[in-house]
Amino acid sequence: MNEYTLLILLLLISLLWFYFGNKIALSLKNKQLKLNSLPHYYGMYVALYSIIPSLFSYLLILVFDGILFSNLIMEFVPKEILNSPDFNKIIVLAQIDNAVRGIYFGEQPDWVTVASNQMIEWNNQSLILNFFCSISLALGIGYLGFKNIHQEFRSRNSVEKIIISLLGLSSIIAILTTIGIVFSVIFESLRFFAIIPASEFLFGLTWNPQFEGAERAGSGQEGLATYGSVPLFVGTFLISLIALCVSVPIGLFSAVYLSEYANKKERSIFKPLLEILAGIPTVVYGFFAALTVAPLMRNGGSLIGLDVASESALAAGFVMGIMIIPFISSLSDDVINAVPQSLRDAGYGLGSTKNEVITNVIIPAALPGIIASIILAVSRAIGETMIVVMAAGLAANLSFNPLDAVTTVTAQIVTILVGDQEFESAKTLSAFALALTLIVITLILNFYALHVVKKYREQYE
Amino acid sequence: MNKNNSKMLTADEASKIVASSVIRRRKKNARLKTYGRIAIGLAVSFLIFLFVSIFSKGIPGFFQYYVTLDVFLDRDRLDPKGDLSPESLYNGDARSIVLESLYKVIKPKGRKEKKAAKKIISSNADVRISKMVLDDPNILGKIIPITFAVDDDIDSFLRGYIKRETPSSERRINDKVIKFVDKLSAENKISYKFSDYILTGSASRSPEIAGIKGAFIGSMLTLAVCFIIAFPLGVATAVYLEEFAPKNKITEIIEVNINNLAAVPSVVFGILGLAIFIGIFGMPRSIPLLGGMVLALMTLPTIIISSRAAIRAVPPSIKDAAYGIGASKLQTIFHHVLPLAMPGMLTGTIIGMAQALGETAPLLMIGMVAFIVDIPGGVTDPGTVLPVQIFMWADFAERMFIQKTSSAIIVLLVFLILMNAAAVILRKKLERRW
Repeated sequence: MNEYTLLILLLLISLLWFYFGNKIALSLKNKQLKLNSLPHYYGMYVALYSIIPSLFSYLLILVFDGILFSNLIMEFVPKEILNSPDFNKIIVLAQIDNAVRGIYFGEQPDWVTVASNQMIEWNNQSLILNFFCSISLALGIGYLGFKNIHQEFRSRNSVEKIIISLLGLSSIIAILTTIGIVFSVIFESLRFFAIIPASEFLFGLTWNPQFEGAERAGSGQEGLATYGSVPLFVGTFLISLIALCVSVPIGLFSAVYLSEYANKKERSIFKPLLEILAGIPTVVYGFFAALTVAPLMRNGGSLIGLDVASESALAAGFVMGIMIIPFISSLSDDVINAVPQSLRDAGYGLGSTKNEVITNVIIPAALPGIIASIILAVSRAIGETMIVVMAAGLAANLSFNPLDAVTTVTAQIVTILVGDQEFESAKTLSAFALALTLIVITLILNFYALHVVKKYREQYE
Repeated sequence: MNKNNSKMLTADEASKIVASSVIRRRKKNARLKTYGRIAIGLAVSFLIFLFVSIFSKGIPGFFQYYVTLDVFLDRDRLDPKGDLSPESLYNGDARSIVLESLYKVIKPKGRKEKKAAKKIISSNADVRISKMVLDDPNILGKIIPITFAVDDDIDSFLRGYIKRETPSSERRINDKVIKFVDKLSAENKISYKFSDYILTGSASRSPEIAGIKGAFIGSMLTLAVCFIIAFPLGVATAVYLEEFAPKNKITEIIEVNINNLAAVPSVVFGILGLAIFIGIFGMPRSIPLLGGMVLALMTLPTIIISSRAAIRAVPPSIKDAAYGIGASKLQTIFHHVLPLAMPGMLTGTIIGMAQALGETAPLLMIGMVAFIVDIPGGVTDPGTVLPVQIFMWADFAERMFIQKTSSAIIVLLVFLILMNAAAVILRKKLERRW
């Protein structure tokens, strides 16, 4: 008996109600009575009546018992652990959770055993509660629906109403996701800015969260950790710039060639080939950058007497550039194709060569779309994580030299938040502040790009 | 220019001017065409370079070196309790039995040489024997040839990555070990064959026995959760927005919102999972259920956008015909529009799933980076996924992990290619031209 069997049980009950609803409708039909809807709508009506409230209560209890228990269990955690500076709720919960699952790493403190036993008991109680609530709802409300059925009952209309409201509800998930993102970032960011002034975060020139301890918060002493995000943004900018230097010319020329010069066969071969580049996972690019491209550049650099860092911005940016070629080529290809044929014909009619039509007619006409594609590529490059984590390193150097090691916003977010962290420390909170700025920047870029595309589209339609 | 406009050119003069510039202009045109060709050539050669560099490292990763030894499977020492239970075999002395049969071949002298000889065979050899005995207890008491994986350093040496010429102090293996390996090669005890571990092994710190099975199953479980959540929700949202949503502010907000979600960097979804699902809902870390939920939220915009396009592509005549014979709006949609839009929606979904399969950053943040040896049995068991496994292996220093990482990448790429090919075939096969 666990959550899964309960779920299957609920589904079975609603299936049963479908059967009964269907059967009673059929029996009415067999009595030569004229039904308002097809028989299976009666079955569906009863089944929906049974499954929706029961599933709702099932999920509600499942979600909220977790929230409730994880707070209640803190009663069992000894005071000295609760009050110690490196208290971390997530780790304590994971410790108890492991004990509940029967996974032990070495000796277990007594309170963990007590807490995990309590947790198991609570879980069982909540499961029993869930069992009774959901099953009784499934049976009871299903029965109410069943009672509603009579000859003139408009079951199809009711079923359709229920389904349409379910469809509407699912479209709210997208909004909830956004709200979730905003909330998860904003609150922690505000707490970060309560510790570190926003001016230091935005304009500070050194990023060094590694030595975070009690110094900053407690003693009022100028702590060892510094949170100036300028080097991170410079690094992000530098790597994105290198990526654009690679991808914009290649992407644009490819798009022009594919849409204007290539015949059908070339197009059908090279367009998908370029798109493969967009489908390769970023972790593969990261591996490629760190183990193939970076050593190549290092060796190549030392041949001509340049000192290239083993984790250079150049390698990461170059590989990222390869990755975003298809973003530029595909989108530009689309906008170039959307330029009306009549404009081209007018150009050819004046005796222009293809080259002249492209540079004087097509590119100016498609320029807004091309710019939008570049902006989208930039936002993609700024948000890219794995390549920079694996190839660009973590040294927060304030440097515009592409041969140096730099780090980026995303790389710092990942390194700070991966592994065990305490939610309270400024170091952890700084990741949320970084994420907030990252979201704001990419959203502005995206808004602008969509705006440009929209304006352009209206022009020709 | 003004000068030309002011007086009319004769036809001859005009054609002369044009003719004189034509060659130059054609050359310019040819130049642009060449630039285009070069650009595509560069992009394609990057692609080829990437694949060649991964495959040239990854294909050897599917193979490894083994040493074959005649092992006397002493019943009393392997199974001290005599009940053939896993615990009894675990307490048995398999390791020294393996070492003894190794000593018989290479005949080390003294403690130092014995210590060197120990380094040749993978530390997993005793597990292998226990497994064989559990599978077939009849082999106890016999002398049978068994192949064991060699240690990763020896493997790298045999592949030539660790050079004989390098001074002993800078090598990871010393001269004695090399002498023994030479002896084993001379007696034909060393073989190179398809790895037993890469596809069926689980995460391990010893590269010679590390495999991707656990990560692979974790990936499949995560993807299954992602699909179960994202596909119905995505299609339902698309249907609602295309067919039912009233044209008002709220609908507009939802639409803008979906477009913006598609642009949010994936790492932010990891933060969402960390702060909301783990922080507030108290879900355990590292489980495929959580990973699948985060990835579902990430792929939802892709699925919604492509599903809406597919629904929009169904011609209104189909709907009108359905309405004409008395179908309700919902019947029209579920019986006629959705089946016709399904290929398009599935294509978008498969592409979204392929994205989710390759995604790493958000999963790192919700703890799927933990070192987990057990193979997950369900969506609530801690596990890891293929891309994260690749990321972890890429960080390890042992030379053999580079090959193993490349092999894991090949498996991942094969799956992505299969999924994308399925999407293309689906689109080609079921696509209708109206």
